[in-house]
Amino acid sequence: MTNIVSRITSPERRSFLVSTSAAAGGLALGMVLPFGNEAQAAERANYSSDTTLLGKTPGNEVTAWVFIKPDDTVVIRIARSEMGQGTMTGLAQLVAEELDCDWAKVTTEFPTPGQNLARNRPWKDFFTAGSRGIRASNEFVRQGGATARMMLVQAAAEKWKVPVAECSAASSVITHGPSGRKISYGKVAAAAAKIEPPKEVKLKDSKDWKIAGKPLKRLDTAPKTNGTLTYSIDVKLPGMLCAAIRDCPVFGGTVKSFDAAKAEKMRGVKKVVQVGKSAVAVVADHWWEAKVACDAVTIDWDLGPNANVSSASIAAILKEGLDASTNTYVGNENGDAKAAIAKGVKKVEAVYAFPYQHHATMEPMNATALWTADRCEVWTATQDGEVALAATSESSGHPLPKCDVHKLPLGGGFGRRTTHDFVIQAVGIAKQMPGVPVKLIWSREEDMTHGRYHPTTQCKMTGSFDENNNLTGLHMRISGQSIIAFVAPHNLVNGKDPFTFQGLNAAGAEGVFGYTVPNLLIDHAMRNPHIPPHFWRGVNNNQNSLYLESFMDELALSVNQDPLEFRRKLLKDHPKHLAVLNAVAERAGWGKPAPEGVFRGLSQHMGYGSYVAACAEVSVSKEGALKIHRIVAATDCGYAVNPAQIERQIAGSFAYGLSAMLFGECTVKDGAIEQKNFDTYRVMRINEMPKVEAIVMPSGGFWGGVGEPTIFVAAPAVLNAIAAATGKRIRQLPIKDQDLRKA
Amino acid sequence: MTRLNVNGTSHDIDVADDTPLLWAIREWIGLTGTKYGCGVAQCGACTVHIDGQPVRSCLYPAVAAVGKKVVTIEGLAPKGKMHPVQKAWVEGDVPQCGYCQSGMIMAVAALLKTKPKPTDADIDSAITNICRCGTYQQIRAAVHAAAGNA
Ligand code: FES
Ligand code: FES
Repeated sequence: MTNIVSRITSPERRSFLVSTSAAAGGLALGMVLPFGNEAQAAERANYSSDTTLLGKTPGNEVTAWVFIKPDDTVVIRIARSEMGQGTMTGLAQLVAEELDCDWAKVTTEFPTPGQNLARNRPWKDFFTAGSRGIRASNEFVRQGGATARMMLVQAAAEKWKVPVAECSAASSVITHGPSGRKISYGKVAAAAAKIEPPKEVKLKDSKDWKIAGKPLKRLDTAPKTNGTLTYSIDVKLPGMLCAAIRDCPVFGGTVKSFDAAKAEKMRGVKKVVQVGKSAVAVVADHWWEAKVACDAVTIDWDLGPNANVSSASIAAILKEGLDASTNTYVGNENGDAKAAIAKGVKKVEAVYAFPYQHHATMEPMNATALWTADRCEVWTATQDGEVALAATSESSGHPLPKCDVHKLPLGGGFGRRTTHDFVIQAVGIAKQMPGVPVKLIWSREEDMTHGRYHPTTQCKMTGSFDENNNLTGLHMRISGQSIIAFVAPHNLVNGKDPFTFQGLNAAGAEGVFGYTVPNLLIDHAMRNPHIPPHFWRGVNNNQNSLYLESFMDELALSVNQDPLEFRRKLLKDHPKHLAVLNAVAERAGWGKPAPEGVFRGLSQHMGYGSYVAACAEVSVSKEGALKIHRIVAATDCGYAVNPAQIERQIAGSFAYGLSAMLFGECTVKDGAIEQKNFDTYRVMRINEMPKVEAIVMPSGGFWGGVGEPTIFVAAPAVLNAIAAATGKRIRQLPIKDQDLRKA
Repeated sequence: MTRLNVNGTSHDIDVADDTPLLWAIREWIGLTGTKYGCGVAQCGACTVHIDGQPVRSCLYPAVAAVGKKVVTIEGLAPKGKMHPVQKAWVEGDVPQCGYCQSGMIMAVAALLKTKPKPTDADIDSAITNICRCGTYQQIRAAVHAAAGNA
């Protein structure tokens, strides 16, 4: 039991083992509706999306992943969350592929984390981040499909009393070869469900895929176009009240006291409560009423130890780290970079900076909780149902088997919904309203000022050349915030945060530094301001790629070399890195004249197991106005489960990454985040969106992610193109207030 | 009581004068297809039609809609039918998370009423809604696909 709780803060999932005592605790299947009357229970079940798991749907569970109805409908269970990336459709494709079922008859559902625990985790991990939705689960979900197919075929063979080897399956129909007899999955599912699952299951070769690997449409589109999809913020339960909240504007501050006399008399208000040490919430009939009343509560804050922190004071701490020797950790090293640089005939040095950025998911944080003396249930949008469950259990005071979390589609995640502060708050409020479901919604202002932010760092890059203009040494000193030190300090390794070096590692499957430099040193001076950092689409790859790829151009230009040729030489030992770079250069026409006034920039990076590169085309007007015309982007993600959705992830990553590059900055004043809404925290709109041409080039043999990787190369490719256009090197994001007129 | 006509149905609701139309629609009338994204007319997730005009309902007082015809995403097409914009959205597989798309579709449907064949520049100036998933490229293609059919 303690294992799942410790996982609230653990981003590393490998060692996660759940105590089976949870299963013995009584959350048996079909026991998901423990309170209220029948009608209330039925309404709650609507949001549980677990209709087959409640045992009320005719049909049979063949394996945990596959439920087949008598009319041949195949219900595929999806453990990972769907937050826009198409993970649900991709996973369904993999199961359906191995199942050999009729794709037109496929539907999906999400088991709850409570059901997973109660059954000893047949769906394994619910974690949906780090571009892991598909790559980390492909093998066992495919096995779930293949196992079901084998059981269905065996059931048909037994029914016909013929050898299994004479039977085959295609498109949900089993055929007995010699006699030509046919039977559909729905007719044998009941018998199949009783068969002992086979021990040996062979998965298909990707070259034989008919459903996986194809650019199929998503399964969940129609309800997103007519307002019928229920998001977490749309949940309605009988007798439900709504809550608005104000948490202390300064992280680390607390509520000293509050005066709710005025708010309590306001329209619709039911109760004003303190939540935890640092927040006050108003519970009312409607959220709007709660919000108006919440603004009317007078709160006396103890702003805590961070009330004087500012962006300038944070920048000063980071700057000190650029040359410091305390609290520094080496991430990648070969040769003696410092000596090589000291001996260099030519030395190049540049300092870069990366600001705090907000996730700004379109749907603000929210959760609905129902607490009674012996149970607690939560309805929410989460990137990890099991961690949400652990948070529910911990904050409700009830053991895991007495809690459950109903996962609803996410109006965006981007990493923000891997942490569950809003769930803890919702439960904290519901606990003070026993038996009444309460929906907590954060206002956009609350959301923006109580985020978990892209960490801030600075970086000093130093390179050296010999007399023949060969790069002899490279030192990359990153100074700044560690995500792991904040979210999971127990995962630091002798104080070092290995995760800081994403995409800069000497070896491994996640993100390898592609350049071969005879003397290399990449190190990190850990400097942790109080603003909570978090995983933010692309995470540490974003700044690492920005620093490295901008500086690669600076190095090339300092010795009058073409940025592509310069990179090609150094990437000679990493053919996959090189292949994506070559692909974008060729498609974009690198080396050939660009349209009048248009300039190009390149970048490449490896992260989350995928190799990505981009070539950006921009122009900058005399007045300094930037236009990003076109971006050619390539990805080698090993296997492409749905190329059409991958193209959308590439374009979407660029919109997200370029928004951050152009406008994304959260500044700190008096310890608090200054930006409160989209007027001060601008994001890209359609008029700023470049044309994105995607090259999906899976080379096979490994599973890389697709939800994040192309974001790494978005900003550096554009910044390199801006430098080509203007002669100006932007070394600090965002670029919104910087003068881009020609140098 | 405030009487609102939403999707052709009349609703008498008890709201304060400062209640935005968005929350009246979502919480008092119970139609949740119209989304809250910012509350300050920045993102467009709350776009509805009032007497045929696209309006960001989060800053529009519910009482100001009395006597007018409000149409939300749920009422854009008659029940069981699809508006040409919705069709183009499904065909183009446009949504990612989908949260912004109600507002997008309402904004685009309104644009196509005044400009049946919008240029890229028309789209750029009329569609200022935010999509954090970055579906802009698919949206642009789908607007062109729907053009002439709306
Ligand atoms: S919620 Fe109305 S414009 Fe954003
Ligand atoms: S589809 Fe997610 S915000 Fe637009």
